[in-house]
Amino acid sequence: MKLVKNAAGREIPELFPGIGKLEPFQGAYARTPLVRREKGSRTLPRLNKIVDTLEQAILKCGLQDGMTVSFHHHFREGDYVVNMVMDIIANLGIKNLTLASSSLTSCHTPLVEHIRKGVIKRIYTSGLRGVLADEISHGLMDTPVLIHSHGGRARAIETGQLSIDVAFLGVPSCDLYGNANGFSGKSACGSLGYAIVDARHAKKVVLITDNLVDYPNTPFSIDQDLVDYIVIVDAIGDPQGIATGATRMTRDPRELLIAELASQVIVTSGYFEDGFSVQTGSGGAALAVTRFLREKMLERNVKASFALGGITSQIVKMHEEGLIKRILDVQSFDLEAVRSIGENRYHTEIDASYYANPLNKGCVVNKLNVVVLSAMEIDTEFNVNVITGSDGIIRGASGGHSDTAIGSGLSVIVAPLVRGRTPTVIDKVTTVITPGETVDVLVTDHGVAVNPRRPEVLERLKAARLPVYTIEELKKKAEKVTGIPEPLPFGKKIVALVEYRDGTIIDMIREIQP
Amino acid sequence: MRILHSGTAGTLESSDVMITVERNPEKGLIIELESISEARFGNRIREVITDTLKKLQVQDVKVRVQDRSALDCTIRARLTAAVFRAAGIEKYPWEELE
Repeated sequence: MKLVKNAAGREIPELFPGIGKLEPFQGAYARTPLVRREKGSRTLPRLNKIVDTLEQAILKCGLQDGMTVSFHHHFREGDYVVNMVMDIIANLGIKNLTLASSSLTSCHTPLVEHIRKGVIKRIYTSGLRGVLADEISHGLMDTPVLIHSHGGRARAIETGQLSIDVAFLGVPSCDLYGNANGFSGKSACGSLGYAIVDARHAKKVVLITDNLVDYPNTPFSIDQDLVDYIVIVDAIGDPQGIATGATRMTRDPRELLIAELASQVIVTSGYFEDGFSVQTGSGGAALAVTRFLREKMLERNVKASFALGGITSQIVKMHEEGLIKRILDVQSFDLEAVRSIGENRYHTEIDASYYANPLNKGCVVNKLNVVVLSAMEIDTEFNVNVITGSDGIIRGASGGHSDTAIGSGLSVIVAPLVRGRTPTVIDKVTTVITPGETVDVLVTDHGVAVNPRRPEVLERLKAARLPVYTIEELKKKAEKVTGIPEPLPFGKKIVALVEYRDGTIIDMIREIQP
Repeated sequence: MRILHSGTAGTLESSDVMITVERNPEKGLIIELESISEARFGNRIREVITDTLKKLQVQDVKVRVQDRSALDCTIRARLTAAVFRAAGIEKYPWEELE
């Protein structure tokens, strides 16, 4: 056997039968370039990843024309990070970037200029709102925006379909080595569920914080071993826009009526039993369902095994009084939820893949019994639109809508039959986000409709004497009030593609004529 | 009905409409429509206005419509009230109104 001398001065075999070729030791630092070489020198400063400016971090990451940058949307309407980073990238003269944010809100208006100037060429997002959405709906971009669901985004990132070069992740608390969490600091946002996926899979990860804390920052949501650089700034968000104190229960009598009816539907559906699980989506009526469910749970001594999703103060309250045993939280909607995720042992942060990635070995939406979701439009095939408004302009988000609709045992859509003079129940939705075959029940202020593919649910609701109609009947009721709307003035240009959670394209959105 | 001066009815609340009627020094009907439902219900709103004015036998008027997604019945009611005010009529023939 041939022996060679390695860097430690020892003789070792180069090849061993049955094992194969062996690599001789070449020195402690030779093969681990990320380990600091100064180790042992007592005069050097403590090892940390903090760089002075965002500009330096961007340059150190090697960001170049045509690359993909990513962000999360946990700061919602209060986000400073996307605009801050994109302004600096633009000043550096980097162009043709793909912007992959888990979502975008109305505070991201400055992106319009970056698109016009060619800094941003493509956008991946769950949602678009405000001026940016309006401009895009009028044909601002040459390449259509790709709209994905929260689960679909996690799938795209984990399968490598969406490859992120640099993730810029705002974090409400962070230590100098990159352990970060979302529930402490002045910009606290609670769960960092969407950011965690980016941190795990991006080639380079830059954390941006306004709250540097002592090492080690436990418990952490983003682990130090994933982080390249850290930048400290004055503020990563406006607390007013990040989260309100506690999500106020709607006082709109119509929303309360819908919520109460929805809770009756859930109770009689066959899915309301001890140990059931539930998620309520955003929107006044959907959130208000929680309150009516609580009464029914107390009345019948039913406890929920877990609540999922966007977590609110109502869910936290029910958890703390023992009605909901566990909380799985991908996004915390208000400061009560932020407090709870920091304090409550069984209020657990989950990432977007665990939440809803359809291709991993088991996302939690599959374990969901009941979900209550909003809709802008729903058609007689039960397809749901939550992205384009009645004027054809993008003003919403795909979110977890299609993920939870298919994963849950019972998907309940709550919506007023008519908004202003716009009917909600129509022949064909403007844009399909969630396919009708995954939607079970529609609850409106004028009655309930059950998808014909769920006859057993229909029977139970009828037996309970709930006001059940066919969805065609509800559509006619709506039309009688509003009249039949004229078709929207869409142009030729395709401004957005809607990706279903599995990566296939379920619909597209055309530009709206001025 | 003869329009004497300008008359207004309605509010800018959601689901309501504010309508101002005044004389058109030229001949004919001018409708200035500002509506968030314009794209899908603009024609229908104009139809309701024209139709209602015809029934009230009003000609040569300028109608300013600030619509906040009102239903047809609301538009008819607000327009009728605005016309009566513009015509200086304070007694409404309730039985005859649609």
